[in-house]
Amino acid sequence: MTDVSIMATPALANGPLFGLPLEELWFGLVFAVFGTFLFLDGFDFGVGALFATRTTDGEREQLLASIGPFWDGNEVWLVVFGGMLFAVFPSVYATLFSRHYLLMFAILGALIIRGLAPEMYEQRHDEDWQRWWGRAFIVGSIASPFFLGVFVGNWLFGVEGVASIASLLAGLAVIALTIVDGAAFLGLKTRGDVRLETRSLGHLAQVVYLLLAVATLVVGSRSSPHVALLSVPTLGLLGLTVLLAGVHVVAGWAGRYYLAFAAVAGQVYGLIALAATLLFPLIDPATGLTVADAIVSPLSLNIMTIGSSILLPLIATYFIVLYSSFSGPVEEGESYT
Amino acid sequence: MIDPVIASRLQFAVTTIVHIIFPVMSMGLAPFLIYFTWKEIRTGAQVYEQLRTFWTKIFAISFVVGTVTGIVLEFEFGTNFAAFATAAGELFGGPLALEGMMAFMLEATFLGIFVFGRDRVSDRLYMLSSVLVGLGTWLSAVWILVANSWMQTPRGYEVATESGQPIISLVDPIAAYANPRFPWMYVHMQNAAVLSVALFLTGVAAYFVWTNRDTEFWRTTMKVGLAVLLVTAPFQAIHGDAYGRHVADTQPQKFAAMEAQYETDSGVGLKLVAIPTSLSDITDPHADDLFVIEIPFVASLLASGNDPSATITGLSDIDAESPPVAIVFWAFRAMVGLGTWFILLAFWGGYRWYQGTLFDDDLLAKAFMGSSVLGIFTVELGWIVTEVGRQPWVIQGVMKTHAGVSSSLTGSEALATLVGFVGVYTALLVLYWYVVIRLIRTEAPTRQPTPKRETNIPEEVVPSDD
Repeated sequence: MTDVSIMATPALANGPLFGLPLEELWFGLVFAVFGTFLFLDGFDFGVGALFATRTTDGEREQLLASIGPFWDGNEVWLVVFGGMLFAVFPSVYATLFSRHYLLMFAILGALIIRGLAPEMYEQRHDEDWQRWWGRAFIVGSIASPFFLGVFVGNWLFGVEGVASIASLLAGLAVIALTIVDGAAFLGLKTRGDVRLETRSLGHLAQVVYLLLAVATLVVGSRSSPHVALLSVPTLGLLGLTVLLAGVHVVAGWAGRYYLAFAAVAGQVYGLIALAATLLFPLIDPATGLTVADAIVSPLSLNIMTIGSSILLPLIATYFIVLYSSFSGPVEEGESYT
Repeated sequence: MIDPVIASRLQFAVTTIVHIIFPVMSMGLAPFLIYFTWKEIRTGAQVYEQLRTFWTKIFAISFVVGTVTGIVLEFEFGTNFAAFATAAGELFGGPLALEGMMAFMLEATFLGIFVFGRDRVSDRLYMLSSVLVGLGTWLSAVWILVANSWMQTPRGYEVATESGQPIISLVDPIAAYANPRFPWMYVHMQNAAVLSVALFLTGVAAYFVWTNRDTEFWRTTMKVGLAVLLVTAPFQAIHGDAYGRHVADTQPQKFAAMEAQYETDSGVGLKLVAIPTSLSDITDPHADDLFVIEIPFVASLLASGNDPSATITGLSDIDAESPPVAIVFWAFRAMVGLGTWFILLAFWGGYRWYQGTLFDDDLLAKAFMGSSVLGIFTVELGWIVTEVGRQPWVIQGVMKTHAGVSSSLTGSEALATLVGFVGVYTALLVLYWYVVIRLIRTEAPTRQPTPKRETNIPEEVVPSDD
């Protein structure tokens, strides 16, 4: 049954490719992929939350049309994150997901509702139908980042139970961040009142995000010794976040929407970089597992490294083609379907 | 409280059985959409534009539901089968990560252009998008089936024990990924997907023919579907037959369960028709007790490839508990029976087409309508044979399913999510069905019914783009 045929690949099995520090690189890459998911699907969530503030049919259609071509591709980053974590740190993937069993299904449930709702919303144009699917879209768009934030909080602070105060605060902070993200995205995709009103809400959410992010860290650091609040990377990344928040607001006022959006992207990656630096060299504080403990064998790691080095640049090309095909504000009368 | 092992297995069964419907729709529709797009761009004919527009809507909703139900499956390996995920992460997680990067990304990004971009991009980029979306769906299946087939015929690995837990490491990626089962599974699955969608197209088109509201749109749908059916239905049977031989070689226990063969025997006949003679034969079939019409020696011949007196090892002589034989035995028979019906249906339709009376045979139209979703149903049966038939193993000969379940999982947690999924997925199926039917009724070109065979067919009613 088990005719294990060992052939070729001795070079790949001996050690990391070109002697690169692959453990650290992969730890960084997994977080970078999660950050990309949070930034890209984050604006889909934010647009969904801001959908609650739009009351006319035309404006609601505009919001749906703004994310229509993009959200599916954005969400695939979560699939890639899951796959990479599974492939490269299987024990972390397994213990983390099974430890937060109900939370993982809460995330999945919220994502199902959020993904389905816009499709359903467009199927019929009667009032009751659209009211209910509109609500489902809003609820899914707020619940998804909340549960994802709680998950990241639980992971970072090594929470054993369902959640802690710090991880709940992290959930709220991520909701605020996705609203900032969604509003900045709508700055690029809409005109007129929708753009101005969502911009103000985005600026408000920006202040709320900063307060919640600091609160999360302060509360979290009290129960988790590995969360070093007064360290150079923590204070540096917090300082950077405050700076980028300022850039976001000022650029928004100045009508420099691309710059504002880039400043939001910087904050999302900053948050994920902060989580990664606070964790390292641990990868799962709840079990005390380190990056070096959890990494797969050199052969698997090298194969994943070669595969990703070819595929990630290709994926970047797909996204450039997609986003440039739909650049500029949503045209009058464009809808989701 | 319920055993978390049972609850996890039931939950995985429910979530995969529902999920697979949507990839079958998207993988099966992809070649049709590429063809319609190509014809639209080459001929500029309105009917191909309508075909491309309409079936893309069905593709898009299938893709969305497939995405959200697919993420669930990926997560379940971590949540419910943590011991399996920890042990086999190298061999199983790798293909999943590659699937996400190589296939799913391609599909999801170019789908944005394919669904929303007809007026925004050039014909060339649009055509390319249709091909890349299709390629994405088919590559996706490559990696998913690499992962699955490795569990059926594991190769290229070694097992070590680390603090009491088995750790399976990759030693030969080519042997592991190109394992013996993979090509069989891939061809069988992809052909099944195209066959299922061909049945769906002809079934829906037949409804409009039967109710006498057929337009050029539906007649073309019917002909394209039937042409594909004529190739895929016979091919599935020929290929399936050889696939069965491969299963007998590599998973004798599964093969014995498919045949309900408890006693090791030589010169075994192939049971063409098996009729239970008592109630217990249904729930607990034994080859020796059933009333069967069989072709002598053919099961032995199939299993061995050339020897009609070859020995088939019975379940009683295999040193592991048997899979649920009744499920495997009857699912296999139902699959083969339906596959045979699809071939007859294809030839019947092909003959009428040849006669020029394809749209005049009401009985044929009803047969197509009745078979519209039977292709997908048959795919489910095939997967049940594959997955139930390999029990008790999650990785054949290496790890048993019960040993793969998360140790931290409690019965009440597992029950809560199981009940949740049964509810949510039932709702999801109802909604999907509702949307597909609604799209068919409101978005496709149809016309007012006329008396049969009247020569002046009224103007086609083209739905407005809203």
